[in-house]
Amino acid sequence: MGNIAEAGKKATGSDCWVQLEIKKSGGILIELKSKVKSMYGDSIRETATEMLNFFGIGNAILRIDDGGSLPFVLTARIEAAVKKRFPKKKEEFLSPILPQNAYRVKRDRFRRSRLYIPGDQPRLIINAGLYRPDGIILDLEDAVAPSEKETARFIVRNALRIVDFLGVERMVRINQLPMGLEDLEFVVPHGIHTVLVPKCEHADTVREVDEKIQTLRSQHKITDEIFLMPIIESALGAINSYEIAVASPNNVALTIGLEDFTADIGAERTLEGKESFLARLQVVHAARAAGIQPIDSVFSDVADEEGLMKSVLEAKALGFEGKGCIHPGQIETVHQGFSPTEREIKKAQRIRLAIEEAQKRGSGVVSLGSKMIDPPVVKRAERILKTAIQNNQIPANWKETYDEG
Amino acid sequence: MKGKTNAIGRFIPEKINGLPVTPFQGVGKYVPKGSKASPPIVTCADYPKDGNKVLLDLKTALKKAGIRDGMTISSHHHFRNGDKVANAAFDIAAKLGIKDLRWYPSASFPCHAPLLEHLKSGVIHHIEGSMNGPLGDFCSKGKMRGQGVLRSHGCRYRAVQDGEVHIDIALIAAPTADSFGNANGVTGKSACGLLGFALADSQYADKVIVVTDNLIPFPCIPWQIHGNHVDYVVAMDEIGDPAQIISGTTQITRSPSRLLIAEYIARFIKEVGIMKDGFSFQAGAGGISLAFVMYLKEYMKEANVKARFVRGGSTKYLVELLEEGLTDYILDGQTFDLEGVRSMRENPHHVNTSPFTSYNYHGKGNFASIVDAVVLGATEIDVNFNANVVSHSDGMLLHGIGGWQDCLFSKCTVLAVPSFRDRIPVIVDNVTTLCGPGELIDVVVTELGIAINPRRKDLLKATKNSGLPIKSIEQIKEEVERMCGGPPAPPRVDKEHVVAAIQWVDGTIIDVVYKVLD
Repeated sequence: MGNIAEAGKKATGSDCWVQLEIKKSGGILIELKSKVKSMYGDSIRETATEMLNFFGIGNAILRIDDGGSLPFVLTARIEAAVKKRFPKKKEEFLSPILPQNAYRVKRDRFRRSRLYIPGDQPRLIINAGLYRPDGIILDLEDAVAPSEKETARFIVRNALRIVDFLGVERMVRINQLPMGLEDLEFVVPHGIHTVLVPKCEHADTVREVDEKIQTLRSQHKITDEIFLMPIIESALGAINSYEIAVASPNNVALTIGLEDFTADIGAERTLEGKESFLARLQVVHAARAAGIQPIDSVFSDVADEEGLMKSVLEAKALGFEGKGCIHPGQIETVHQGFSPTEREIKKAQRIRLAIEEAQKRGSGVVSLGSKMIDPPVVKRAERILKTAIQNNQIPANWKETYDEG
Repeated sequence: MKGKTNAIGRFIPEKINGLPVTPFQGVGKYVPKGSKASPPIVTCADYPKDGNKVLLDLKTALKKAGIRDGMTISSHHHFRNGDKVANAAFDIAAKLGIKDLRWYPSASFPCHAPLLEHLKSGVIHHIEGSMNGPLGDFCSKGKMRGQGVLRSHGCRYRAVQDGEVHIDIALIAAPTADSFGNANGVTGKSACGLLGFALADSQYADKVIVVTDNLIPFPCIPWQIHGNHVDYVVAMDEIGDPAQIISGTTQITRSPSRLLIAEYIARFIKEVGIMKDGFSFQAGAGGISLAFVMYLKEYMKEANVKARFVRGGSTKYLVELLEEGLTDYILDGQTFDLEGVRSMRENPHHVNTSPFTSYNYHGKGNFASIVDAVVLGATEIDVNFNANVVSHSDGMLLHGIGGWQDCLFSKCTVLAVPSFRDRIPVIVDNVTTLCGPGELIDVVVTELGIAINPRRKDLLKATKNSGLPIKSIEQIKEEVERMCGGPPAPPRVDKEHVVAAIQWVDGTIIDVVYKVLD
């Protein structure tokens, strides 16, 4: 038994199961069962052989039961099995990072929607970017069964390198510490933008994660910043939310997880959300006070589009800038809900024109009618216009056709 | 093997089933001459004056019809995976010691797996019709004695009409029939909607047997099949399995990537201006098609646009369009769910059609080319927009053509496909089996983007500032190959062993299917 290690899932489309049995002699034997055997059987054998050579395994039987897994999944599964059998092997079998994925994101970018994808479900990962969320979260925490957590890391790592995420912010939710610190080794060197830190109750948790990230950054010579989004999921976390929000200069947003929060306070999670009202406001205030984005929890009823819209509008009214999504079908509603209203856009347009007018006159004072316009109002107006253009609510050249009426 | 390369670059043997064939010459290029075939002259004096053609059982009917070795027996597929009549007929033929029959179904399904025994024992020589499931598997492995011939619904009608296929005995399973042989599919416990696929069989076969499990007194109204074409009527306890005939519900896809494809198609139809008052479209029962109808319906409501007609296979989603006043008519070729059957039974604006009205190549025109847009599927599409619907990338023959080829004549043909399935690329350099010429395929919609055939400059122009993800088909192919780890290896087949021929709608051979090696 000690010589056998396995990873992956049998009879699952786009995934595969591998079993590595170490032998004393006999060389490498690959037993392949695959849905795509006639098309990619040779390629699968080549990859498997190359990997065993790479890891210095000379005598073994590698059994593969393949439901048509893509190469990045196949290699993740094989490596997971190898590392289960040989936990001390440190070398990693990595594909080159996809050039399209070299993009970075700004710390104050839109984070209206973030789509959660279970880290061990390659079928869902492949197309995640197509639904145009602002961010995708490859989840290593609650969406992955405890038994799968370690092997999911390889899927997430390979996906970060090779899947085209089409300009979306690449986020990973790590596990609670200390496991989460180990997770970081699988994501920090591989092009991640933002780490979600679950179940934060103290500023120290954020600092610990940040320190580990900085260590990994210097080890791997990564010059790009890596952002943090702590998640408040308990009463204690809510009470300490300000310290958590300011715990690291790399924090860009603060969010709340209501399933765990309501469990923690011993209340039932309701649609109205009275039970979490204070905590949500605490998150908004802490984030705003720290100068980062307050982001709301997920809405868990995928079928209830109306309820989702109501929940988004309420979140917006409370001061949140975004919401979690657990299904691609929720993204559009979330974007719509966080979109500026017609009235907001009109006002922003007037402010923008007033600024230009003032600049033409060479005046530093901007006024609209009889009202002076303060810098934060200008900033808000600029954001509204940017969002409105991005949402196709107004054309980029709206000034050319602008009509005061 | 002797033969030559046809107009679309595929090697076609000189003969199929020992008979010389004409290789595909290009769309609209092959123009046969002469007169149509005709059934034998009959005289009403030879039929019962009281109109009662009911016989004891199917065995008696087959014997009276003169069943013998080498005959062609036809059946229809309106019962889909619930048909019990074809199996019963060949069981009887086997007991009578008949050999070498040619089965000419409008399609076969997994429920016909018991016929494998008759194929092995020689009762059935070969199948000319779409082969699904186990029969396709049997044929692909080179186990069928004759070669399969696959025809589209319109092509099947044509083959009967121009005498390429002479039906000796037609079996028409009918959910309701009277003793004269009038029959319909809208009533009875086995209701399937309509019987259009049996129309040619009723008109041209030497002998026509109607088999029903709901025999009612004359007249059977509506008479979708005219008793005047029918020789014998037989009652059976159960001609089909209702649960398999009509699924009861048809499911919209829940796959986010397929929903995305559906949304892209609906947006495309709207953006290029096809969606306007009085327009028409066809969408089948596939998950993507149904979702497309849902999206399009929303756009139609928003823009206050009404269609003149939509073409089925009908489902409750098309019925809703009709009942909500978003289309004047459903012109239906087959009904896929109970709502479709109910609507066809109750609503005079839900009209049954047949391969004759919709697709017939020897007709003086047909409906297919009148439709503004059609949404279809495919197993593979190449970079020249040629597409495959019958085989998988491993070479296995596993699907029928259905009305797919006929529908390509629509004013805008859209193929809706995921760009790859698991690890199997759908957009490829070369399709395994070429069923539809790229010149008739206007748009390919995948989750990765929309590829417009460069021939359709008008559509390219119309989508320019639409915000739709328009890409070249080569670009989509490259993205797919990057994910899948290069192009797939070609199927392992025996190029000397042709197991089936794919006809184009005009009866020429567009491609062949080879024996798949283990």
